[in-house]
Amino acid sequence: MSYQVIGTRPVRHDGADKVTGRAVYGADTQMAGMLHGHIVRSPHAHARILRIDTSKAEALPGVLAIVTAADLPHPGDRMVDLGEGLTRLSWVHGNVLASDKVLYAGHAVAAVAAANAHIAEEAASLIEVDYEPLPCVLTAPDAMKPDAPLVHDDVFMQEFGKLTDTPSNISDHFRFEIGDAAKGFAKAHTIVERTLDTSTVHQGYIEPHAATVLWNNDGRVLVWCSTQGSFVVREVVAAVLDLPISQVKVTPTEIGGGFGGKIPVYLEPVAALLSRKSGRPVKIAMSRKDVFEGSGPTPGSHMTVKIGVAKDGKIVAAQANLAYEAGAYPGAMVGPGAMCVFAAYDIENIAIDGYDVLVNKPSTAPYRAPGATNAAFATETVMDEIAEKLGIDPIELRLRNAAKEGTRRADGPKYKRIGCVEVLEAMKNSAHYQAPLPGPNCGRGVAIGFWFNIGFSSSCTISVNSDGTVNLVEGSTDIGGSRTSISMQAAEVLGIKAEDVHPTIVDTDSVGYTAVTGGSRTTFATGLAAHDAAKDVIRQLSVRAAKLWEVDSELVNCQRGVFQSGKHSITFKELAAKLEETGGPVVGRATVNPSGVGGSFAGCIVDVRVDPETGKTDVLRVTSIQDAGKAIHPSYVEGQMQGGTVQGIGWALNEEYFMDPSGIMKNSSFLDYRMPTALDLPMIETVIVEVPNPGHPFGVRGVGEANIVPPPAAVANAIHRAANIRMTRLPMNPNAIMEEVWR
Amino acid sequence: MSTVRVQTTINNQPTEFLCEPRQSLLECLRELLKMTGTKEGCNDGNCGACTVIMDGRIVNSCLVLGVECNGSEITTVEGIAVGSKLHPIQQAFLENAALQCGICTPGFLVAAKSLLESEPHPDEQQIRRYLANNLCRCTGYDKIIKAVQQAAGGAQ
Amino acid sequence: MAVVHIPALLRELTNNEGSVEVEATTVREVIAQLEQRYPGISERLTEGGRLRKNLAVAIDGEIAILGVLQQVKADAEVHFIPAIQGG
Repeated sequence: MSYQVIGTRPVRHDGADKVTGRAVYGADTQMAGMLHGHIVRSPHAHARILRIDTSKAEALPGVLAIVTAADLPHPGDRMVDLGEGLTRLSWVHGNVLASDKVLYAGHAVAAVAAANAHIAEEAASLIEVDYEPLPCVLTAPDAMKPDAPLVHDDVFMQEFGKLTDTPSNISDHFRFEIGDAAKGFAKAHTIVERTLDTSTVHQGYIEPHAATVLWNNDGRVLVWCSTQGSFVVREVVAAVLDLPISQVKVTPTEIGGGFGGKIPVYLEPVAALLSRKSGRPVKIAMSRKDVFEGSGPTPGSHMTVKIGVAKDGKIVAAQANLAYEAGAYPGAMVGPGAMCVFAAYDIENIAIDGYDVLVNKPSTAPYRAPGATNAAFATETVMDEIAEKLGIDPIELRLRNAAKEGTRRADGPKYKRIGCVEVLEAMKNSAHYQAPLPGPNCGRGVAIGFWFNIGFSSSCTISVNSDGTVNLVEGSTDIGGSRTSISMQAAEVLGIKAEDVHPTIVDTDSVGYTAVTGGSRTTFATGLAAHDAAKDVIRQLSVRAAKLWEVDSELVNCQRGVFQSGKHSITFKELAAKLEETGGPVVGRATVNPSGVGGSFAGCIVDVRVDPETGKTDVLRVTSIQDAGKAIHPSYVEGQMQGGTVQGIGWALNEEYFMDPSGIMKNSSFLDYRMPTALDLPMIETVIVEVPNPGHPFGVRGVGEANIVPPPAAVANAIHRAANIRMTRLPMNPNAIMEEVWR
Repeated sequence: MSTVRVQTTINNQPTEFLCEPRQSLLECLRELLKMTGTKEGCNDGNCGACTVIMDGRIVNSCLVLGVECNGSEITTVEGIAVGSKLHPIQQAFLENAALQCGICTPGFLVAAKSLLESEPHPDEQQIRRYLANNLCRCTGYDKIIKAVQQAAGGAQ
Repeated sequence: MAVVHIPALLRELTNNEGSVEVEATTVREVIAQLEQRYPGISERLTEGGRLRKNLAVAIDGEIAILGVLQQVKADAEVHFIPAIQGG
């Protein structure tokens, strides 16, 4: 298929604003009379709130409003739909402002609005909160013990809808089973079983959460915020404040990174309450410490993976036990983790148990392929061990077991067309894999990972300008260049240049419902909406051409922006100039909720050098390989692969929530929560594989997420080859490596 | 708290503001002068999103007090373009897709501009070292390095 | 006849049957048929007439966007799986 726009690399439409500092992000909003808010957070990991005294804070000049959970409507038993099913409103409500208990250090307890940020901070320190500290639990194994302190008194373990009658920190246990794992293991030639742990890590977006809210005099709540989902913000704010949905309008600002962490809602309901009390717009921006302690990192985990193979390396049975830390409220993404743990392989006998475990840490949020990276760290290091034991090349071992179209996954469904084999072949044939290692203490590791990608709803309108360009209106906040990939898809259909599409991302009043920018859905689903809206424009323009030529509109066809009928012919641009005389404006529209989502496999090859005396690991060479289906804008596809890979490297080597035994995070700054810098890395090579997704007109598979899944295991496998140690805990920092070396 | 009068030159414009001694240069730029191009990522000097050039060298403006800037020459991201024409470093960032969310981009542009003014043809390691204080979470740095190489006139 | 794969933790209700054939044209009917045969299974799968939170249904490998209202063709495979969001 030869395209005119798809596959090219135009400059992004928001480029000028982003390189001149003009683009307005969450903390950049300015409004007349705006106040600054500051949130008071719990210093305890687990405590009862006995008393909150705001009197001294109220007396401070410049303080205009103070709120606590008492100012929120009571949630009762209500459930709220956040677009992915129902959840208990009281949990959302409780995380926004704690009512009777604080469940983690950093849990929001009260908030102040004042004339400036300094006064607000000072006032916050004058709010007196009496706590009764309670014992806390910080890891899944500890929280699962029968005598563990309970994070919630009213959470009972449920097993597929069946509740037990004892409160538990295990909010959910589920199981996947196909075939007969016990029988399978009995026939295995080689079995490897490992127990592995990963630490809590944060998405690490550079822009802290920020929101400005005005509770207007007409009763409408107006929100400007940095978010991955303006419609989710609308839903949650309306639910928490007990307002009809139409009373809330959310205008997304530009967003400085999200990776899943800016899907949950934290600040907006609080700012709304402060605005109502003060009668002024209120801006709240999280500090970096607040981001670490008060937003949603991704689960730490405790996992056991056991794989049995025949003599030729064919997997005969696989078993996994995954316990993920949900943090303070249920919802660790252990389900998806369990669906991904063996997703790269064709296995007949599988048994997986997953546990969603409450601990006294911040309530976890999605992080790029949520749940899958933890699971892949386990499986892919076990596979590496098997390859070594059997003397089989690690990529060859994976090829012998690779999932294909028709392979049944552990959770049951069979794969449609997927690119696992193609990614593995590309890894094997890559320049990187063929290259020799540079010297002593070096090692090469490989791993593969999978993510489903999601569909969900998007809406789009396209109106035609008389100069042959179009305005495209959509609602997907643009985290990584998506407004351009979406515009390119419309341009391809219309037969015009990408530069002739003018995209705008609008507020929740101005576009049909659009689900989050996340889940690798945006280029797929909002792109599809743009594609369909463009088709609608073509249909309408065909009718206009037919009018001009006085023929039946059925006889007009359009190819690459040229309308034809018999010997009549007119270009898109020429026809656009004639809208007025043929009937008036042309506006195309579409709303989609597509099936036909294509999952993406991603591979990682990494070379490291491990210093045998310090345990420092240098990353020498990295290649990311991913099935994009069809790369709409290759530069931004490469960018996703590089970014996710580097996050995976940080997750592997340095990043962790370092908690003291009382549950306080000791490294809540970018100095000590150590993310990769430019100096830590080489160039990140990329290989885009294209196994088109039959469910999308251009073959698009989401690419945002799967690339973060394999790097931690690839790095662990490389460290094994370099230093002859098998790491079973993340992060693999110099301390951890030396401990293993000295063991 | 009483305010102090500070006289500076920002992006070649004489600029005066009144600030409290506790306000950082970052805060003065964003809140007093409404120049929100310079970003706050951490407010403690560890991410570089607030990088500006002050008297010829790059600083984290969150670690500089407004009152320390009296008589100083400051360049922010708003001062990099030449009128309505983009500077080569800005153009290179766009052509190389060296930004995804763009929040770190102002800091990188200022740092890169400063680097190329002192070192017109840096090699890859020099670029990485000079930019090591600027955190990016989206790009993995690869395309940023390539953009700086392009602006410097050819990849090394 | 559609083939419904019974989640591992619900097999205690289905005499350990891992997959069951039903005659149904929507997911709602599938669940109603299952409830007839294995009382108590419906409340494990649904709440308030909708799929339980964090649960999705896949028909021939495709997530059913209409949930319980989704049509089920003859000889389709039906799976109840965790709902996936993304990051």
